[in-house]
Amino acid sequence: MKFLVCISQTPDTTAKVSFSADGAAFNAAGVQFIMNPYDEWYALVRACELRESLGGTVVALNVGPSANETTIRKALAIGADEAVRIDAEPQSAAFVAKQIAEYARAENFDLIFFGKETIDHNGSEVGAMVAEHLDLPYVSYASKLDLNGNVATLERDIEGGVETLEVDLPFVVSAAKGMAEQRIPNMRGIMTARTKPLKEVPAVAFEESAKVVQFTLPPAKAGVKLIDPEQMDELVRLLHEEAKVI
Amino acid sequence: MVLVFAESPRGQFKKAAFEAVTYGKKLADQQGVTCVALCLGTVKDAGSLGKYGAARVLNIADASYDQFDSQTAAAAISEVAENSGATVVVLSHTSTGKSLAGRVAVRLNAGLVSGVNSLPTVQGGALRVKKSVFSGKAIAEYEITSAVKVLSLMGNALKPEAGGNDVAVESVKVSGAKGRIRVKSVKTQEGTVPLPEAEVVVSAGRGMKGPENWGMVEELAGTLGATTACSRPVADAHWRPHHEHVGQTGIAIRPNLYIAIGISGAIQHLAGVNNSKTIVVINKDPEAPFFKAADYGVVGDLFEVVPRLNEAFKKFKASH
Ligand SMILES: Cc1cc2nc3c(=O)[nH]c(=O)nc-3n(C[C@H](O)[C@H](O)[C@H](O)COP(=O)(O)OP(=O)(O)OC[C@H]3O[C@@H](n4cnc5c(N)ncnc54)[C@H](O)[C@@H]3O)c2cc1C
Ligand SMILES: Nc1ncnc2c1ncn2[C@@H]1O[C@H](COP(=O)(O)O)[C@@H](O)[C@H]1O
Repeated sequence: MKFLVCISQTPDTTAKVSFSADGAAFNAAGVQFIMNPYDEWYALVRACELRESLGGTVVALNVGPSANETTIRKALAIGADEAVRIDAEPQSAAFVAKQIAEYARAENFDLIFFGKETIDHNGSEVGAMVAEHLDLPYVSYASKLDLNGNVATLERDIEGGVETLEVDLPFVVSAAKGMAEQRIPNMRGIMTARTKPLKEVPAVAFEESAKVVQFTLPPAKAGVKLIDPEQMDELVRLLHEEAKVI
Repeated sequence: MVLVFAESPRGQFKKAAFEAVTYGKKLADQQGVTCVALCLGTVKDAGSLGKYGAARVLNIADASYDQFDSQTAAAAISEVAENSGATVVVLSHTSTGKSLAGRVAVRLNAGLVSGVNSLPTVQGGALRVKKSVFSGKAIAEYEITSAVKVLSLMGNALKPEAGGNDVAVESVKVSGAKGRIRVKSVKTQEGTVPLPEAEVVVSAGRGMKGPENWGMVEELAGTLGATTACSRPVADAHWRPHHEHVGQTGIAIRPNLYIAIGISGAIQHLAGVNNSKTIVVINKDPEAPFFKAADYGVVGDLFEVVPRLNEAFKKFKASH
């Protein structure tokens, strides 16, 4: 089995978000970067588990500059066998999807994993785009994934429920909570990660048609109004008359 | 023309579809074009989309679309968009929409912005539109320059407006293809509004001490017709089902009212709820970070405050 796991690098979940004065760019100074949690905790770990029980290779793929190699090595430490970095600044979901699809087309992966979304772009776009470029089925928000020969059984989170479905390999999946349990890389993993192959691939040309022109911070809250814990009628009145939410 | 894909899970429109058509109608008015809605498979009351502003309602009444498969659905939507000369395609930013939007954008060679929360502004042939990014910590304005544009609309971003009348449903055909996904079963919690659609959410955290104490949270939610949610450690400890977990790594929501009980307000929790219109925090610790993000705060013991608040809401409901 050949598994591809697409990993992105995002600011740490506790990072304070700020932008250049003109709002054109994210201010990365002093920000700690991590592997996008869904890619790491669920997609990558499930791919490694399947490889452990069925054999095969797990390839971790990132579209990004060389500064991302620490994150990529972490994927190798968690259990990916090899890694590929497509050398480009990830400009948009469409750009990233095009790069991934061009690489994956020639490699004939049995299963391509994504996270359900990146915690910086919050797009949930790249997986669907890659599936379309490769004309493959796409199961988004999968919280469970099992393989039996060529047939996968999945559970997928839908609004207010769960859908159970089957699909034959190859296909594209995006991983949500429940698919696997987070793994902390052990010492041996960290050591072997250093010697595992990390290939650099050049990016292909792409014409951008949707891009960010301006970032802003949300308006600050006016400040909390404290209500006496004995006066819950007052809180209800405020929610009705002032906030107008009930 | 603005083409709106109105999703119909298990044959019925839900709020997401009405919001998308309302948004599509406003967008069409802004551009001086018509709003056309499209639904797939066997759909009940398809013509009702006219009420929300669809000038025409198209239906591909082929039962093979009753089981959702993003591959065939995206092909059908794109084919209709091309044949009808749509310049903007609107979808909902739901589990269905998320697996479709990227596919439709690739097929139509269109720029995509997903999860938009307001109407775009027109800049010549381009559109500028905003969405929440960095898990609610910032807002990004995108510019889409392609001839055809795809937008997916965040849930609860606007209220459905039902001012118009039903319209006749026009049956349309597309080339069609057989889906490769086989849906085996669908389990839904009947009778509750799913979190992403909920207008009122009552959420509780580790301050509850244990799952046996959730009765009062459910009672409060019952009084308000609210959906229940929880913080991550509560779901991780299996005190509550994982689909209730909100936050950066759970579900992101934007209800009108979010009541947080015994939740400290860690940055990762706030990331999923800070787009709520009004936030009420109940916590015994006046230093809890959540108060900084709250509109109304009650510093007190939740075991006393929550039942009292429930009584107050009941009294209110009885007199309104
Ligand atoms: C990468 C990452 C991702 C994460 N993602 C999420 C996420 O998506 N969602 C999420 O929720 N968390 C997330 N977390 C965890 C987050 O950092 C916090 O640990 C978590 O939100 C805390 O949950 P809590 O508020 O229920 O518990 P606590 O932080 O323990 O807070 C309990 C609160 O209850 C109050 N309390 C106790 N007893 C009472 C009482 N009798 N009356 C009134 N108040 C009382 C306390 O004062 C306290 O403020 C994430 C963490 C990481 C590292
Ligand atoms: N730069 C990138 N390199 C590799 N994979 C990526 C990159 N950006 C996003 N992805 C993958 O696409 C998924 C969805 O991203 P998004 O569409 O931005 O929400 C992520 O969870 C990753 O699996």
